[in-house]
Amino acid sequence: MSRIGRLARLFGVFFKIGLFTFGGGYAMISLIEHEVGEKRRWIDMDELAEVFAIAESTPGPIAVNCATYVGHRQCGVAGGVCATLGVVLPSFIIIYVISLFFERFMALTIVAHAFKGIQAAVAFLILRAGARMVKRVPKRPVPVALCALAAALVICVNLLSWRFSTVWLILGGAAAGLLMCRAGKGGDAR
Amino acid sequence: MKCLELFLVFFKIGLFTFGGGYGMIPLVSQETVSRGWMDEDAIVRFIGVCESTPGPIAVNMATFVGSAQEGFWGALCATAGVVLPALIVMLLIAAVLKGFRENRWVRAAMSGIRPVVAGMIAATGLCVGLRCLVPGIGKSAPALDARQLVVMAALGVGALVWKKGFKRGFSPIALILFSAAVGAAVYGF
Repeated sequence: MSRIGRLARLFGVFFKIGLFTFGGGYAMISLIEHEVGEKRRWIDMDELAEVFAIAESTPGPIAVNCATYVGHRQCGVAGGVCATLGVVLPSFIIIYVISLFFERFMALTIVAHAFKGIQAAVAFLILRAGARMVKRVPKRPVPVALCALAAALVICVNLLSWRFSTVWLILGGAAAGLLMCRAGKGGDAR
Repeated sequence: MKCLELFLVFFKIGLFTFGGGYGMIPLVSQETVSRGWMDEDAIVRFIGVCESTPGPIAVNMATFVGSAQEGFWGALCATAGVVLPALIVMLLIAAVLKGFRENRWVRAAMSGIRPVVAGMIAATGLCVGLRCLVPGIGKSAPALDARQLVVMAALGVGALVWKKGFKRGFSPIALILFSAAVGAAVYGF
């Protein structure tokens, strides 16, 4: 297949993945496994598992990380860009169209009422995702302290209107991890 | 100029988002609320929309905020901004840093970032829930919203019944649709 053809196919496959993934990155993992691993064998399942792990340790949406890596594996930098464009485009189009009508839609009383219910569901979904991640925090003093400190600061920022950017929390966490590693002999997350 | 600002703000958000879309909520709130682009309630409402539409939450959020501020070009700039850090970092990893995940410094930094992100997301969920129950909390005139208690109780019962009936938890979309119906019913009367 010509290079243009392969790029177009990468774009098409990731467009489909972007179009049929609801509810964020984790739902996308099984679809990517199916399309890219089982059906097309672009990448073997072990490497794919590794890609998902890398995607979790790099900044940005997990779907974008995966698309970029698989695309690059197939067709170099152009492949990475095409796959990423493909995975992003469906949500871009859909959300752009929604944004044109959202204010008028929200002005309907019944919709405003429905969104009062949706807010409770959103709180639950975020809390559930957070609880799952908290459970995976190693039960040792430093990680537990980092987790508690981050939670406390986010609560203060939210409820007491403290002015503090969570960027510093991420940077502080990274610094604490590096310090721990220096202090102990290879004392990382294990 | 506004487009450039949107691009830069969302580039920063994309660069410091770890662990999926929920990890970005605190930063998106800070950056957009302090600029007067959105208020906290609008953000939570919109997360509900993101959960019911396809695609990464971070991309949906960027497109929406960008569009609300500067129309199509704003949406394009914000989305490009949020995607670009991930694209660049992954291309670097795929091209040159083969042993990225085995690198001990990367692992050390991640061992510190992971607990922080977990704490941030859990606390965000807690705050969003509290703000539903007690609108205006942390600001002027907080007051308990009794109807929200009814909504939350109904959601809890619904989730339990669903789990018994279908042997698995609510999918996010099912939960959003159900909560919309409950909200419309409880606040409608």
